[in-house]
Amino acid sequence: MKWLSWTSPGKLRSKGIIGMNRRNIRYIGRYNNRRLFPLVDDKLKTKLLAQQHGITSPALIGTVTTQFGVKHILDMLTGHAGFVIKPAKGSGGKGILVIEQSKDGAYIKPSGAVLNLTDIERHVSNILSGLYSLGGSPDVAMIESLIHFDESLMAYTYEGVPDIRVIIFKGYPVMAMMRLSTAASDGKANLHQGAVGVGLDIATGTALRGVQFDRPCYAHPDTGHDLASLVVPDWKTLLLLAAGCYEMTGLGYLGTDMVLDRRHGPMLLELNARPGLAIQMTNGEGLRPRLDMIEAQPEGQSPEARVAFAQQHFARHSELGLPADMPTSTA
Amino acid sequence: MSRLPFYLIVGVLMLAGIAMSVQRHVQFEIPWVPGEQRKVWEIEALVNFNAQDGPVMVDMALPSHQAGFRVLTENTASSGYGLAFKADDFGRRAEWSIRDAAGSQQLYYSVQMLVSPDSQTPDLTPPPPLVDIVWERPYDTAANHIVERAWSRSADNYTFARELMLDMGGERQGENARLLLTQYDLVPLVVRLLNHAGVNAREVSGLLLEDGRRRQSLTQWIQVFDESEEKWALFNPLSGEQGKPDNLLLWEAGGQAVLEVAGGTNSRVNFSMMTHSQPASAAVRNHISEDTLLNFSIHSLPLEEQALFQTILLIPIGALMVVFLRVLVGFKTSGTFMPVLIALAFIQTTLMTGLIGFLLVVAVGLVIRNYLSYLNLLLVARVSAVIITVIAIISIFSVVAYKLGLNAGLTITFFPMIILAWTIERMSILWEEEGPREVLIQGGGSLVTAVLAYLAMNNPWVRHITFNFLGVQLILMALILLLGNYTGYRLLELRRFQPITDEEKTS
Repeated sequence: MKWLSWTSPGKLRSKGIIGMNRRNIRYIGRYNNRRLFPLVDDKLKTKLLAQQHGITSPALIGTVTTQFGVKHILDMLTGHAGFVIKPAKGSGGKGILVIEQSKDGAYIKPSGAVLNLTDIERHVSNILSGLYSLGGSPDVAMIESLIHFDESLMAYTYEGVPDIRVIIFKGYPVMAMMRLSTAASDGKANLHQGAVGVGLDIATGTALRGVQFDRPCYAHPDTGHDLASLVVPDWKTLLLLAAGCYEMTGLGYLGTDMVLDRRHGPMLLELNARPGLAIQMTNGEGLRPRLDMIEAQPEGQSPEARVAFAQQHFARHSELGLPADMPTSTA
Repeated sequence: MSRLPFYLIVGVLMLAGIAMSVQRHVQFEIPWVPGEQRKVWEIEALVNFNAQDGPVMVDMALPSHQAGFRVLTENTASSGYGLAFKADDFGRRAEWSIRDAAGSQQLYYSVQMLVSPDSQTPDLTPPPPLVDIVWERPYDTAANHIVERAWSRSADNYTFARELMLDMGGERQGENARLLLTQYDLVPLVVRLLNHAGVNAREVSGLLLEDGRRRQSLTQWIQVFDESEEKWALFNPLSGEQGKPDNLLLWEAGGQAVLEVAGGTNSRVNFSMMTHSQPASAAVRNHISEDTLLNFSIHSLPLEEQALFQTILLIPIGALMVVFLRVLVGFKTSGTFMPVLIALAFIQTTLMTGLIGFLLVVAVGLVIRNYLSYLNLLLVARVSAVIITVIAIISIFSVVAYKLGLNAGLTITFFPMIILAWTIERMSILWEEEGPREVLIQGGGSLVTAVLAYLAMNNPWVRHITFNFLGVQLILMALILLLGNYTGYRLLELRRFQPITDEEKTS
């Protein structure tokens, strides 16, 4: 009886959960200058900025800005076996076309579907006319090199690429989770569509607990792989990259979406100036105590010092490793 | 970062709002709760004629206070014409004059009549002595026959008049009556016959009031005087029924011509009318009309603008409702203030008709929009196509509803079509991207918000307060500012985050 289960404001407050209103006024409104929003709402700007600041992100093959340019897309694509086409101002993963392999004018998607050059051109043209951008405003198509996803995490995901969301507050990593796409979420990493969210320990990058549809979950529903064994490799590098986004953008309350590349290690995929609150569900913990602690810290710390602070203070133990302690059913 | 200025502004707004409201309550004795609602009729008379290149005099009868109605205000619009109001024993008249006019002329007269059941007809002067009626042959015999027949079957002037009218029209119409009707019109003929029999009677003109009617003309009625009662009584000359219908406004009650034009041809007058309700107190105050600079209120505006403001001043209530539901409850709506506009439309259509109409239009619109998405159009063109689709749907529904005799269906045209088109567009995108479930959540949220906003805005007390106390707007502003500062949980978040606290208990 999900509908009938309600909690009280007092319980939420004692858990340190922050709600939408508090997030909007107290954090986004106070720490995120409106002027800086375009830096993260436009992925192309984010990418160029990341390159300037030495933050690893998928290599940019090229951009298409005019319908005229669509005809010359072939010149851009030759020599790249796999690539990703995405709208610069898209949101929620809309309009992203992944091509794993191209051979003799045939372009193959991860699902196995084969497209030809005309399909690619039409997709780029749709992006330019604003089909996927917020409010339908004209957009720019970005072509990036394909991410070669780290094999060690492949078993935890169904179809899509799992990404790691780290909340960065005043440059400190606050909380992290990994989003694993499932059959229910149709290969998308959106939690409300049924992707599994896995809370990650800030100290080590190991899985804390898994949640699907807001309910605890211990193994990936499609691959059956146990979530307890999930460890993000290269965790410290990832945190340093994410923490560096504070200097890069100037935004105080930031959601960073990272991926792990086989060859280049952690990479910045995109930034979000209005990160959602579901991360509290996947971690089983409220953001409030951590945010309060960071607000009390002095300004001007280096990213290394901030990451070290977070790893020291926000360390936690996994709830997945000890099945005996776990509630049998809460649904 | 001090919040002091914020709370200062909220406090000042709150205090100013309360002070303004109390001042209006005390000084103008406006009650806090709506009293009796009074109906006000707004009637416009349009005089048309062709001027003949010379001086023109137009003389038109005007309505006066009478049983059931009181004159509130009157206005005229007649550029270049001199205007004088006259009143004599037979009623009030307006006289327009101009030295030189040519071509088609239009003169406007509008009057606001307050429906007041206790209003009385002013003392009517006794009729002038009758003059002898002379009939030509062979009409004299016919007239005598009819009068004698009716006279024998009546007891007094009123019953005589009724019998006479029944004999002249309807099933009992006889040979004599038909003969007389070849020479005379019915109404003047009945008056003539009554006078012939020594009964004082006159022809008067009245307007049957019906909301929203245009290009209406006056209807003819007959007043009969009874010496023993010293009173005039009104008869419907076609049915012989005695008494004034509630919706009949006597425009000319003195037996005179309604319109006389000297220097013009082809003159005619027609009427349009509409009704609205306002609190009795406001209507009466309007009548007293004490216009001072200090009396800063919507009521100093002309009636038509007042009616407009009545709606405008309700919008903040709808906005407050939206802020409340989004910030405190956590409703998702499609388009932030779309529900307020839908609620405004509901006020015109009534709730059930509005809901059904809205769902029908959006559902059909979604199906058609779904097809449009296959055509792969640019956004602006697509939304424009949806707008035309919405207009087409509304037209078709109106016609179908009218053919089926569902007049309520016609009010569907009150929906803001551009807003509907955007709603359909947004819902459709939502459907494609997030699936039907999200459409139901947001569409349902919007509808529930619209219904709640409608219930708040349509509440008689809310309407009374917002319309009569402008200070309430400041209080609403302060409340909305306060809500904008709320950092606590939303009601629906108590459910969303419930699993976290739930585990606390079990582990």
